[in-house]
Amino acid sequence: MTKSNVMEVPPKGGFTFDLCRRNTMLQQQGAKLPKFRKTGTTIVGLIFKDGVILGADTRATEGEIVCDKNCEKIHYLAPNISCCGAGTAADTENVTDMVSSQLVLHRYATGRESRVVTALTMLKSHLFRYQGQVSAALVLGGVDVTGPHLHAVYPHGSTDTLPFATMGSGSLAAMSVFESRYKENLTKEEGMEIVSAAICAGIFNDLGSGSNVDLCIITKARKEYLRNYQQPNPRSYSRSKGYDFKIGHTAVLSTKITQLRQHVQVLEGDAMEEE
Amino acid sequence: MSITSYNGSALIAMVGKNCFAIASDRRLGVNFQTIACDFQRIFKIHDKLYIGLSGLATDVQTMHQRLQFRHKLYQLREERNMRPETFASLVSAILYEKRFGPYFCEPIIAGLNDDGTPFICTTDLIGAKQLAKDFVVSGTASESLYGACESMYKPDLGPDELFEVISQALLASVDRDCISGWGGIVHVVTPDQVITKTLKGRMD
Repeated sequence: MTKSNVMEVPPKGGFTFDLCRRNTMLQQQGAKLPKFRKTGTTIVGLIFKDGVILGADTRATEGEIVCDKNCEKIHYLAPNISCCGAGTAADTENVTDMVSSQLVLHRYATGRESRVVTALTMLKSHLFRYQGQVSAALVLGGVDVTGPHLHAVYPHGSTDTLPFATMGSGSLAAMSVFESRYKENLTKEEGMEIVSAAICAGIFNDLGSGSNVDLCIITKARKEYLRNYQQPNPRSYSRSKGYDFKIGHTAVLSTKITQLRQHVQVLEGDAMEEE
Repeated sequence: MSITSYNGSALIAMVGKNCFAIASDRRLGVNFQTIACDFQRIFKIHDKLYIGLSGLATDVQTMHQRLQFRHKLYQLREERNMRPETFASLVSAILYEKRFGPYFCEPIIAGLNDDGTPFICTTDLIGAKQLAKDFVVSGTASESLYGACESMYKPDLGPDELFEVISQALLASVDRDCISGWGGIVHVVTPDQVITKTLKGRMD
């Protein structure tokens, strides 16, 4: 058994597989692997006259329970490129962070604004290398010198280049909206309206998507991130009085108070003499 | 039988006005047999940063040791304590490194920033961070915990009221879960002091 170097200088990055044998043993003994946090999700993108609009819902689930009612699924890749992520939350976050860092280094090396196809190639080669085990389904969009681009990236590393794209468990609901309403050369307002309608279709019809609508509008000039652009699901069941617990209500066995700051008390002193 | 319900656990962290509270149950069991009623799940990283770890107890202890090691290295190199956001990113990176053979623990990180504002965050077992402005929960009783916190939580509570709310939420939830409970421990941290209280709960 090789000596694990886990306790030495922190490793330089990448995956380590030293617990795999133990975990397989536990699974063989009948234990079930716990559920990863997924972003059930509806994510969409569409190309309009001046650029790209990306949209996403904000629900994150752990099994059947909603663990985050307002998470962020639109990730930053570059000043002119953004990416929506569906699938296992840890995978989408880490793969987009990694490509974002690689793009910064690439910008320094080339001295140019990043192109969407560069991000696309970095993402697809990483995902293909792990043969779909890194479960990230992405909608990548941005505007570069060659114009606006929109791509859909699948967990095994294949990509599609499209004028409008949807991914995630709510993709069918969203695609129905796009297929009926999309046309070429939409204005920004029309585009935003169609994207929010598509996300809302996912929110109301798909169980894995919910809460609010996030939008990101990317044009040649700038990128606008509209967090919680629409909130069609306000909380309606709060008890108006709330719960009031009296101080001292809970039965306590022991109390320990640790002071963090030294309290300095001046007991005696003479006023300074004015010169 | 799921791996995380082998030992049983329940953890909450809540945000108050310039303070936070982090609470856990105290049971350590092996399936349905209880072994200890004083198991430590909440660990202090530095004066204003605490981490609670739920899940398989051996991984709880290993993760704590690794994180303490990394934080002490950081203190030696940077000559200061880690900020809560940085620590949360560190936890996330350490867990994601083991993406294909993970540690079976789900941490809750709670800390106070330098300006006194509280920070809480949880991650799943492979490091997907989830920041929250109100409360985060973890453990086998997590479904009850979500429900209890949703109804009992109020924003901007002072340290004393926050202690009451988090204790009631914890005790109510673990009473509905066979494999967690057997008392509770709560740490309420303000910029000036840390108040640690052990709770009297049902021992069944």
